[in-house]
Amino acid sequence: MPQIRDAAIHGYGGYVPRLRIKATEIARIWGKESGEVPIKEKAVAAIDEDAITMAIEASRYAIRRAGIDAARIGAVHVGTESKPYAVKPSGTIVAEALGIGSNITSADYEFACKAGTEAMQSIIAMVSAGRIEYGLAIGSDTAQGRPGDALEYTAASGAAALVIGRETRDAIARFEYSVTYVTDTPDFWRRSYERFPMHTSRFTGEPAYFKHTVTAVKNLLAENGYSINDFDYFIFHQPNVKFPLTAAKILSIPLAKVEPGIVSDVVGNTYAACSMLGLVKVLDIAKPGQRILMTSFGSGAGSDSFVITVEEGIEERRERAPPLVAFFSRNKVIDYGMYLKMRDKIRV
Amino acid sequence: MRRHDTMMEFGIRIPRYWRGKPFRYRLEGFRCEECGEFHFSPRLVCRKCGGKRLRRDKLSERGRLISYTVVKSASPSFEAYTPYIVGLIRTEDGTTIVGQLTDCDPEELHEGMEVEATIRRLQTDGENKLIAYGYKFRPAIPRP
Repeated sequence: MPQIRDAAIHGYGGYVPRLRIKATEIARIWGKESGEVPIKEKAVAAIDEDAITMAIEASRYAIRRAGIDAARIGAVHVGTESKPYAVKPSGTIVAEALGIGSNITSADYEFACKAGTEAMQSIIAMVSAGRIEYGLAIGSDTAQGRPGDALEYTAASGAAALVIGRETRDAIARFEYSVTYVTDTPDFWRRSYERFPMHTSRFTGEPAYFKHTVTAVKNLLAENGYSINDFDYFIFHQPNVKFPLTAAKILSIPLAKVEPGIVSDVVGNTYAACSMLGLVKVLDIAKPGQRILMTSFGSGAGSDSFVITVEEGIEERRERAPPLVAFFSRNKVIDYGMYLKMRDKIRV
Repeated sequence: MRRHDTMMEFGIRIPRYWRGKPFRYRLEGFRCEECGEFHFSPRLVCRKCGGKRLRRDKLSERGRLISYTVVKSASPSFEAYTPYIVGLIRTEDGTTIVGQLTDCDPEELHEGMEVEATIRRLQTDGENKLIAYGYKFRPAIPRP
């Protein structure tokens, strides 16, 4: 799979809504044991938020860190499975809100939770090919979970964005390699006109998440001659906390290299934003020269795996916008009734 | 008899919403070069001093809360969002504007608190489901 030439992260931004619901509150409503919940709490978009508004929030911070005129951005690609319109692009609204010009490419990507890294792949390719100076790759979701379903504990809201441009000395991090592994796997889907997704319970684990995540990482290591020891951080998609930690165990990765990128314990599974938010959290603490292996997973199914090396520019640029933990501490816990109202689950 | 106009059937007046994007999305408007008055929409003549030299300008995205009220009974387009807060804000450049406040409860608010602009759903047209986006203000997230 391809070595990435001349593409780097110049700005990054993460956004997590203010509202939270405790997993134990959801368990209380459905009569489940509170000891069985998969995460502590999840982020809930307010009634006036959606995948577009959150994409704008994260992108605003990414552009601020990049320190560029937004008009230099030549592509806005949004990965989401909760786009507010079935037909009407999200990216054009994001672009206009941020003052990005009209001579851009804009597209919405869908690959379940891998949609955000799909957007990254396309922006990296356009930058590497010299088609654009900078591009905005966004993952943003207000994930849906059917009331009472196991997904309801984790399906959360959040967004992450990267400004990607050509390699420079003062960039935040450069991309080195990427590997993608996909198969036709019916682990999770949502048909048109359906409000909530369907999934195949335990089938979502072994043949879906673990097979694709682990294979993508192994392929990347084998093709490029890296070993686990060559990386300082590993970031995985996080449908819960247990899955990424189990993937790390399968790959013999020390937990200390995985835990810094875990966000799902207090944010939940933000779908297309999930692994990208893990990257944002790691970039908030990483040092120049450190190497990151980031692997997404999207049902249906597939994984993108990236080798990212941190550059000198990170120290100065990360101070230009709030760290992700600022959004963790900015929270208000709501009850299940308010959660139903905020997520438009009350239909009269 | 009035000409049939599909766009008039929407609760959101689409042309007006579309024309208003620069201000609603980015707080961009026009400032009089003679007296400094800010106008939210294009004008040929300043409404304050009558000056004819107006240039494009953008309001500061940060400001201070002057006052606020809580709306509990709203028109149909806004009913789903009730109760919501409407605030009077003085931006850092000294312009006073009205805007909804979000990400906060009334008991958290006080005169002079720092707020910042964000973009949210303003309303959703009931029948046609068009979403109107625009600025709201929220308690400022501290700068690093």
